[in-house]
Amino acid sequence: MRVAGKGLNPNGAPVSFTFDGTSYTGREGDTLSAALLANGVRLMGRSFKYHRPRGVLTAGSEEPNALVTVGQGARQDPNIRATTQTLYDGLAARSQNAWPSLKYDAMAVNDLASPFLTAGFYYKTFMWPKAFWEKLYEPIIRHAAGLGALSGDAVEETYEKAFAFCDVLVIGAGPAGIMAALTAAQSGADVILVDEDTQMGGRLLAETAEIDGQSGPDWVAAQLGALAKMDNVRLMTRTTVTGAYDQGTFGALEQVSEQNAPLNTPRECFWRITAKRSILCAGALERPIAFPNNDRPGIMLASAVRAYLNRWGVAAGSAVTVFANNDDAHRTALDLIGAGVTVAAVIDSREDAQSLGDYPLFSGAQVIATKGRLGLKSITVQDARGTHEIETDCLAISGGWNPSVHLTCHMNGRPTWSDDILSFVPTDNSIPDMTVAGAARGNFSTLGCLEDGISVAKATVTSLDLKSPQIATPAAEDDPYSIQALWQVDGTGRKWLDFQNDVHVKDVKLAAQENFRSVEHMKRYTTQGMATDQGKNSNVVALAVLADATGRGIPETGTTTFRPPYVPVSIAAMGAGSQGHGFAPERHLTSHNASVDRNAPMVEVGLWYRASYFPKPSETTWLEACNREVNVVRNHVGVCDVSTLGKIDIQGADAAEFLDFVYCNTFSSLKENRVRYGLMLREDGHVMDDGTTARLGLNHYVMTTTTAAAGQIMKHLDWVRQALRPDLDVRFASVTEQWAQFAVAGPKSRELLNSILDEQIDNESWPFMACGDVGVAGVQGRLFRISFSGEHAYEIAVPARYGASLFGLLTTQAEAMEGGLYGLEALNVLRIEKGFITHAEIHGRVTAFDIGFDRMVSQKKDCIGNTMSRRGGLLDAEREQMIGLKPVENEHKLTAGAHLFVEGADAVSENDQGYVTSVCHSPTLGHDIGMGFLKDGPNRYGERVMLVDHVRNNHVLCEVCHPVFFDPEGGLARG
Amino acid sequence: MRLPCPICGERDRREFYYQGHATLLDRPAADADAGAWDDYVHNRDNPAGETRDLWHHEAGCGAWIVVTRNTVTHEVLGAVLAEKAKS
Ligand SMILES: [Zn+2]
Repeated sequence: MRVAGKGLNPNGAPVSFTFDGTSYTGREGDTLSAALLANGVRLMGRSFKYHRPRGVLTAGSEEPNALVTVGQGARQDPNIRATTQTLYDGLAARSQNAWPSLKYDAMAVNDLASPFLTAGFYYKTFMWPKAFWEKLYEPIIRHAAGLGALSGDAVEETYEKAFAFCDVLVIGAGPAGIMAALTAAQSGADVILVDEDTQMGGRLLAETAEIDGQSGPDWVAAQLGALAKMDNVRLMTRTTVTGAYDQGTFGALEQVSEQNAPLNTPRECFWRITAKRSILCAGALERPIAFPNNDRPGIMLASAVRAYLNRWGVAAGSAVTVFANNDDAHRTALDLIGAGVTVAAVIDSREDAQSLGDYPLFSGAQVIATKGRLGLKSITVQDARGTHEIETDCLAISGGWNPSVHLTCHMNGRPTWSDDILSFVPTDNSIPDMTVAGAARGNFSTLGCLEDGISVAKATVTSLDLKSPQIATPAAEDDPYSIQALWQVDGTGRKWLDFQNDVHVKDVKLAAQENFRSVEHMKRYTTQGMATDQGKNSNVVALAVLADATGRGIPETGTTTFRPPYVPVSIAAMGAGSQGHGFAPERHLTSHNASVDRNAPMVEVGLWYRASYFPKPSETTWLEACNREVNVVRNHVGVCDVSTLGKIDIQGADAAEFLDFVYCNTFSSLKENRVRYGLMLREDGHVMDDGTTARLGLNHYVMTTTTAAAGQIMKHLDWVRQALRPDLDVRFASVTEQWAQFAVAGPKSRELLNSILDEQIDNESWPFMACGDVGVAGVQGRLFRISFSGEHAYEIAVPARYGASLFGLLTTQAEAMEGGLYGLEALNVLRIEKGFITHAEIHGRVTAFDIGFDRMVSQKKDCIGNTMSRRGGLLDAEREQMIGLKPVENEHKLTAGAHLFVEGADAVSENDQGYVTSVCHSPTLGHDIGMGFLKDGPNRYGERVMLVDHVRNNHVLCEVCHPVFFDPEGGLARG
Repeated sequence: MRLPCPICGERDRREFYYQGHATLLDRPAADADAGAWDDYVHNRDNPAGETRDLWHHEAGCGAWIVVTRNTVTHEVLGAVLAEKAKS
């Protein structure tokens, strides 16, 4: 019910919204829970396990009960706390975990079966038989117990991530945080003040206490005005610090907009804030008392009742009762009476409690029962005189306050028990360079918070070598905190502790009885504190119950660990910017558009996109296109973009010596204007990568790497030069993207090149493995006579800005001489026919010996991997070594990944003789061919082995052969 | 987590590639015995406390650096260029 004239925004505009399809009107500035209470709606959800009807318990982000779903389809947002959802026109919220409706929830039968659903029930009952768990129990439990659901659609909304840096981060903008920020800012420090609420001020917005003669909200507004004028201060509202990490790093979630924002407006932003110092002013959270049926809609925390009244002008009931073990009871009653709301009774468990106003007081009394299934109707109070039933629709409860120590525990800190406030307080230095101030360390009076904020900030700026400013402490209440222990009330009926996970006192006692006495065991056995609210309201009470049940004190019992995040963080916010192209950007070749125009399917090669093949209209399968392209290269001339190969420009007086050290073979002996194939080993003697390196000048080389290993090799070269050979005068740079490079392969390759080169070439000037500068239509390029197909072939490179134009020119010229383009598929067939290796073969476990290149490992010099490559086990004849394979029957198909067995042997791992790495159909030979590794392979040419592919169910009898199928003498490439 | 690159200053950990312990700086002679090479390539301590690790400022200046840090407290105690470090 709205109370006229009350609240921070008494004349706010009306806002219409729906809850479970019913239309309501709220007020601008409301949260969803405030607007629902204003409309008399107390039932807001069903509990997780027993489907108990539940109302809102709190007015903040710690809310365990009032969880709703907002939005539809890809914009569906489940488990939104109604206490933090800002109301907007058209908001449509739905209740969760209830079917067919919130009022008539069929699964509430779980509540009747509750004697069987005690703590540890899942573990005990559903363990056997094992197969039943997956098929039967789990689906039933999952259906019955739950929170809101995701839509299953990919998120459409925008999420952001951002970084911020400051000298002093102040977390929480209540009285302590505001004074800390003012003090730090006046010293000249860069200050960030963050608060999770839409408005800064903390409890000052929810209480009637005055500061310096002003109302709390007015005083807050004045201080924020002063802070906002300072250039060295950043104020961040709706930003929850979710975690404290190493080196003064904090995660923080900013709620930027509501669900009705345009799709291009960020919904949330995940911040990483780096602070030299931090001051935690996170305040404290009120805790309930465990009494029978303390979970009915209408029973809520006293602090929440005051917040709804003072901040939003909402009376949570028309006849309110209050039950507490501390002065909050009276503060709440006085606020309500002051607003004209009826207070039916105040129940104070303390014997000596005195009435502070005109309300019926039951001192030394307890609430022992409640009535009202879908909403509170009455309570039963017991005191020395007997029991009294009191009609009430709202019971405000307070079992005391727990400092918000959570962030101080994120780096393994353990809080310390305080007998003064009957709760945990932060332990000093739990987080490096963080100090705690105000209610977060048990300083509960307003004046105490203001003073603490100032003094902690002064010490903080002094530690940063800044001058501590003079700042006066405002006048405010300094009432002592008076509390008497009351954790649970005797009486029949379940006394709820963890409202979100449906854990009650008996569950904790059962855990203790079954010897789950350690607090961490009790937590897991009962699920206490394991819900999305992490037990913010309930953990301390549950500990007290466990301590009592095990006959220990609370300090001995200890606490469970608070871990990040402090509030739930959506994966979309944490992963902001890392979806789609943010996760994997696309690298396009200069020939990309021309290839797409020719309908070439583009395939991913790392981040690169390469043309798979170039289909002709008449071709219906990729294989037809591939076979044609292979034949074009073998008989005429083909053009292929090979720019994805890594290119590293290496220069310096010691460039040759450097290459001799990173390659297992020798490059210092390479003549200028010549290219050599090189093999690189890892230090453990296995093959790292291969490629060709050209010597362009005395002290100038250009190395190529495989596409896949380009980044790794660059890192490796950096390592060798900086860490192992800093004595060498050599420098290098990746130039992969600076050069567009095209293979021109086939019998007519020289003819094609001569049609575009500024100066003609012949076999004398450009023999096999020659390289050098050439002019192409006036552009200076480079020409390498190398072949990855076995044909007479070249690679021509030009600066990347000329790549598209050269590709077009090469295509036109090739097609004029019966040639054409070829893609990755044909490239692969050409290299398998020729027995050239790729990373399918050099997959990390093979040695130079395994691929038949052991003689390349120089005996005359040290190089990376040289020593370890000579280990006996790496040169053993029984190792699997590279071979070629062909089917005995021409029409049989080979499959890569298959294993090799002696003919007739069982195809089991004990009999494994080797495996297949690459296969293709060779149009040149008219049958499938393959490459693979076989024990003692090179001595078994001509032998028959059985290829067995258990995955594809393929069994093919093969003949072992030399891996070079095409032109084994290499005459074509030289000719 | 941030690492102090001697060239670029304090930078976010995401810019760096982690290699392993600084043992790799002490490459044995080519003719050193098998034990020395085994230790160099394979064997590492797992200390609780101070350790020296190799990182590559891959998304930065390309420097290999030796970072001293504490595995218990997560403190980062300093960094030098691998080029100038002798472990
Ligand atoms: Zn750097």
